[in-house]
Amino acid sequence: MASVAESGVTPASRRRRFSRRRVGQAAAPYVLLTPAAAVIGLVLAYPLYLLVKMSFEKYGLFELIRHKGRWIGTANYASIFHDGEFWHVVLRTLVFTIVCVSLTMVLGTAIALLLLQVSRWVRIALTTGLVLVWAVPVIVAVNIWRWMVDYQFGVANWTLTKLHLGDFARHDWFANPWTGFGVFTLLIVWGAIPFVTITVYAGLAQVPHELLEAAAIDGARPWAIFREVTLPLLKPIFVILTSLSIIWDFQVFQQIWVMLDARPSSDYYTMAIYAFHQSFQISEYGLGAAIAVVMVLFMFMATLIYLRQMLRTGEVN
Amino acid sequence: MSSVTQIAPTPVAPAVTRPRSRKRLRKAGWNVLGLIVLAVMVFPVYWMVSTAFKPGHDILSYTPQWIPTHPVLSNFTDAIHQQFFWNAVKNSLIVTTVVVVLSLVLAFLAALALAKFSFYGRKPFIVVILGVQMVPLAALIIPLYILMSRVHQVDKLSGVIVMYLTFVLPFAVWTLRGFLLGVPKELEESAMVDGATRFGAFVRILLPLLGPGLVATSIFAFIQAWNEFIIAYVFLHTPEKQTLMVWLASFTTLRGTDWGPLMAGATLCSLPVIVFFVLVQRKIAFGLTAGAVKG
Repeated sequence: MASVAESGVTPASRRRRFSRRRVGQAAAPYVLLTPAAAVIGLVLAYPLYLLVKMSFEKYGLFELIRHKGRWIGTANYASIFHDGEFWHVVLRTLVFTIVCVSLTMVLGTAIALLLLQVSRWVRIALTTGLVLVWAVPVIVAVNIWRWMVDYQFGVANWTLTKLHLGDFARHDWFANPWTGFGVFTLLIVWGAIPFVTITVYAGLAQVPHELLEAAAIDGARPWAIFREVTLPLLKPIFVILTSLSIIWDFQVFQQIWVMLDARPSSDYYTMAIYAFHQSFQISEYGLGAAIAVVMVLFMFMATLIYLRQMLRTGEVN
Repeated sequence: MSSVTQIAPTPVAPAVTRPRSRKRLRKAGWNVLGLIVLAVMVFPVYWMVSTAFKPGHDILSYTPQWIPTHPVLSNFTDAIHQQFFWNAVKNSLIVTTVVVVLSLVLAFLAALALAKFSFYGRKPFIVVILGVQMVPLAALIIPLYILMSRVHQVDKLSGVIVMYLTFVLPFAVWTLRGFLLGVPKELEESAMVDGATRFGAFVRILLPLLGPGLVATSIFAFIQAWNEFIIAYVFLHTPEKQTLMVWLASFTTLRGTDWGPLMAGATLCSLPVIVFFVLVQRKIAFGLTAGAVKG
């Protein structure tokens, strides 16, 4: 904005500034970090410790009132590991996450690549549309989809019937958990695509033209260029997006909870809902905590590679 | 800022010696595909808005009315006269504003430390920042509830604000750090070689370049705080203290399948986010294309 150069700096004054800077530099990062670290420590780190502690305790309504749990060792874990439903819930959550994340990444990237091919006005229209979808709050989105798949007056049933894909009049999508989860997948993928597309597109815009041109001159086909040039350059972005999507989809809660009127049948339990049910609905906070701990561990394993990748990138700079 | 005006679309395969008409046909094909994708993506939003303007008999019809031919506002008046609507609006505004401002300041300071300094403990902090992103909110609800009830912050907006702040911070720090690293070191260094102080270089070089990053981060914080449901749902019991999203979710259960007012309420709840997005849309687009200094 203003002129960059600051003229009239003598060597002496510059040296002085240098040493002052060095002292400031040692303390500065810690000062800068303190506020954020304090908040994170208080509201994330401590509760995380509390969560692990509670998972080894009997923590019911009585303990909630007394503000103190009773140590029972690994009994909570033993109880959930011997519970057949728990493993069903784990499997269901895993499959659901894998499907949602794959679809989100593939479709999101495809649309980002499409953005490069279309005319300027289409690109602006599509980007605006994506931003619009991105802006829709999750609870709003749930209500829209709930309305679209309504068994009586929903537009989905009418359209599918008109397309002669079968008789969908009064078809209840949530009667069968498979089609029910199909709706949830659509809802989540639809909501997640904008973020992925816009981020990948931003990354694509950073790929140097010369590289792409050089590859094209060398006779590489578009797909080969994408795979050999673009993809490796965008790998960090993909790793970040994939892991974030895993994190977000694995803990799916509100979509199912609100869509099914806060009363999902056990066919619809994901790990988050199961933990919530155990703690807030039957007041077994210790059991809920144990499930939550397993959930945290799952997600940590899934993102360990990501963490390593991120650290590597962090170290470079 | 205006020096970078428009960056031309990046052709993946630049035309070597392809006939002009064929190229134009291909472009038209891509455009059609783009418009189809647009229609599919935007349809649910359109369906919400058009339902909100339809009279009841158009909504409850077995053949969908694609365009509201007799638009009415009664659904909106029904929605805003619903109990606790204005309380919810007020609460949501308070929570969102405080979270955006605080998270921007805290995240920016932390991101600055992580991106521009090397210091002892930097790596552990990065691990913590990345790690806490992975902690599922739904899992932390349990101990948070215990903790908040001990410090008497259940059913209080302040408690919710602190929790939101924490869940926004890791991503905000990480995003801003990315933007900070994206600014070429050479720019800053050349300013410093030219005699500017570190602070001067920061104010004149870094801050203007960070505009898109700050916008992106505040958008993120805004969306998170405005749209969050679980924490508000679990922690705010009193109807007067609930945020809009909880209001909207309870609206559903109270009125059953009264779709018109529900869609009107949903439209109203998304309006601030959408307006906010439209206002900064140009800046987002700018940030997306102007990030291309690298390479």
